[in-house]
Amino acid sequence: MKNLSNRTLRLVAIVGAVLVGFSLYPVPTSPVPPADRLQINGAGATFPYPIYSKWFDEYHKAHPDVEINYQSIGSGGGIRQLLAGTVDFGASDGPMTDEQLGQAKIKVLHFPTVLGADVPTYNVPGVTVELNFTPEVLAGIFLGKITKWNDPELAKANSGVSLPGNDIIVVHRSDGSGTTYIWTDYLSKVSDDWKTHVGRNTSVNWPVGLGGKGNEGVSGLVKQTPNSLGYVELIYAIQNHMPYGRVRNASGKFVKADLASVTAAAASVSGEMPADFRVSITNASGKNAYPISSFTWLLIPNKIDDQRKKQALTNFLRWMMTDGQKFCEALAYAPLPKAVVAKEMEAISRID
Amino acid sequence: MATSPALADNARSTGAPPPGAAGRVQSWVRRLRSGDEVAHLLTLIFAATIFLVTVLLVYELYRNSALPRHKFGWWFFVTSTWDPVFENFGALPFMYGTVVTSAVCLLIAVPLGVGGAIFLAELAPPRISGALTFAIELLAAVPSVIYGLLGIFLLVPLLRNVVEPFLKSRLGFLPLFQGPMYGVGFLAAGLVLAVMVVPFVLSVSREVLLAVPGDQREAALALGATRWEATWKVVVPYAKGGIFGSIFLALARALGETMAVTMVIGNDPKIKASLFAPGYSIAAVIANEFTEATGDLHVQALIELGLVLFILTFIINGLARLLILATTARGTEHA
Repeated sequence: MKNLSNRTLRLVAIVGAVLVGFSLYPVPTSPVPPADRLQINGAGATFPYPIYSKWFDEYHKAHPDVEINYQSIGSGGGIRQLLAGTVDFGASDGPMTDEQLGQAKIKVLHFPTVLGADVPTYNVPGVTVELNFTPEVLAGIFLGKITKWNDPELAKANSGVSLPGNDIIVVHRSDGSGTTYIWTDYLSKVSDDWKTHVGRNTSVNWPVGLGGKGNEGVSGLVKQTPNSLGYVELIYAIQNHMPYGRVRNASGKFVKADLASVTAAAASVSGEMPADFRVSITNASGKNAYPISSFTWLLIPNKIDDQRKKQALTNFLRWMMTDGQKFCEALAYAPLPKAVVAKEMEAISRID
Repeated sequence: MATSPALADNARSTGAPPPGAAGRVQSWVRRLRSGDEVAHLLTLIFAATIFLVTVLLVYELYRNSALPRHKFGWWFFVTSTWDPVFENFGALPFMYGTVVTSAVCLLIAVPLGVGGAIFLAELAPPRISGALTFAIELLAAVPSVIYGLLGIFLLVPLLRNVVEPFLKSRLGFLPLFQGPMYGVGFLAAGLVLAVMVVPFVLSVSREVLLAVPGDQREAALALGATRWEATWKVVVPYAKGGIFGSIFLALARALGETMAVTMVIGNDPKIKASLFAPGYSIAAVIANEFTEATGDLHVQALIELGLVLFILTFIINGLARLLILATTARGTEHA
């Protein structure tokens, strides 16, 4: 009995000490009282989440009265929540379709923010050099028509490399993702067969291959499975020091993906950029353009009733396109080309 | 004693029960005061809430899957194309994958779990039993994503390089063990699930076996049974209901497991007889595609898959319960 009450006493003492400790801990105080702070909520794509959270954080430091919250719930969820009016802005790795825009009760403006790219990564025992891939080869492999590593088409693009006669094990993303959208958008452009039988989407009906969840799932399968070929995001490949191949672009040059070649892809289409910025830049024609690149977009309603919110959002967009772009390279995102920035600056005035 | 109002009240009521509606109300109020009625009401509310949540869940799944239900009807259950681009959806490969992986899982987990429980409850010295049980129950607390990771990094290469070639060379004449060996697939998913559910089977079965009254064992031993005969013919049949309960729990976990399965199953919606082939499960495809699904039909088809998983679980549980009824009835006839 005495033992028990001792234990109870000790417990009370510990809990008490912890509580006192918490109350002594200094609570960080914001210079702006919570009532005056403007909260802006957004949701959507996961691919640009690292740069977005950096931007929103930096912007909040520079403008303590504005707090932007972003939930990376996926592009599909971002579009749905924006249309349902539960968030102030959305974000998506693929532009909204005409059908989606037609069904929407509000008008939605697209603003490109940064660029991303997909790279082919592979694990072929005995091959240590960077492999070259032509659009026909990539489409053929993912359609299941090219099945061996020593296929004549692959060999032609990689003269001097001895490729084994093993079966190619294709690995793709199993989760719906912007990465898959870019990859299938590219294959749809370079192969009619792909376009009519598979098409472009965040998830598709894959003719062949194993599915890995996320970039890490695909890279895990590729690393482990001899003779495999998959695709991952450029940033993921760079940060994890993964080997990846060159891809032949529309002007016939084999280009290795890096920040410069991705920005070059965007620059090469900036001349024919449509007014609503809904443009695919895969298979871009520029000489140094990496062909499997894409914008990612912020989706902003064209009419924002709350004047303070409208002011804050447009200010943020201006900041993001100028000062904000300098944070891109540290996080391995390709920055927007200047011509696109200039066009977007004009478009901000369309927010009413 | 007579000063206690409650007791006085009691004495009055036993002496002359008050007649009519007023009396019923009075006795209800009394029971309310003594706590019985409160406990009754509270537990009723709790039970009704759980039931209501289940009904609401099914209703919401049903309501939010109107588009694919009207478009595909019953074809949804028997077609095997899953094409988000051309909006053509069929659930069959996912149902197949869910059932096959759960079956592989139970085939491995039930003998392991029940056998282990028998050892720990009946044969092992209590000291060892306690320590081992604690270690095994820890397995149940490991998050499923960890099992998935271990599956990818340890189990999959082992399967691809050692286990699957071995099975193919010895049992390759069976369609179950043919075809290319990727490592990921039905077999890998079933094995990971088995490791995940063994702690449930084992720890519940052990508790049930320990709860078997000692005189049952003593009676069997007194009649000349060996230790094993007493365990296998008396103790285990006595605990059968509880052991089946533990298997249900394991089955429910296996049918609904998402993360660990999607990491090792290969995520390819095809129906193949081989356990080496990659497949897909219902829970895995919902987790994979829901966040990025943009088309209404795609989203609602995924919700309908949720409904299908619910129905599938319902049917499998029902069948298993029938099986128990059948075997229990036979058991009593024997006795």
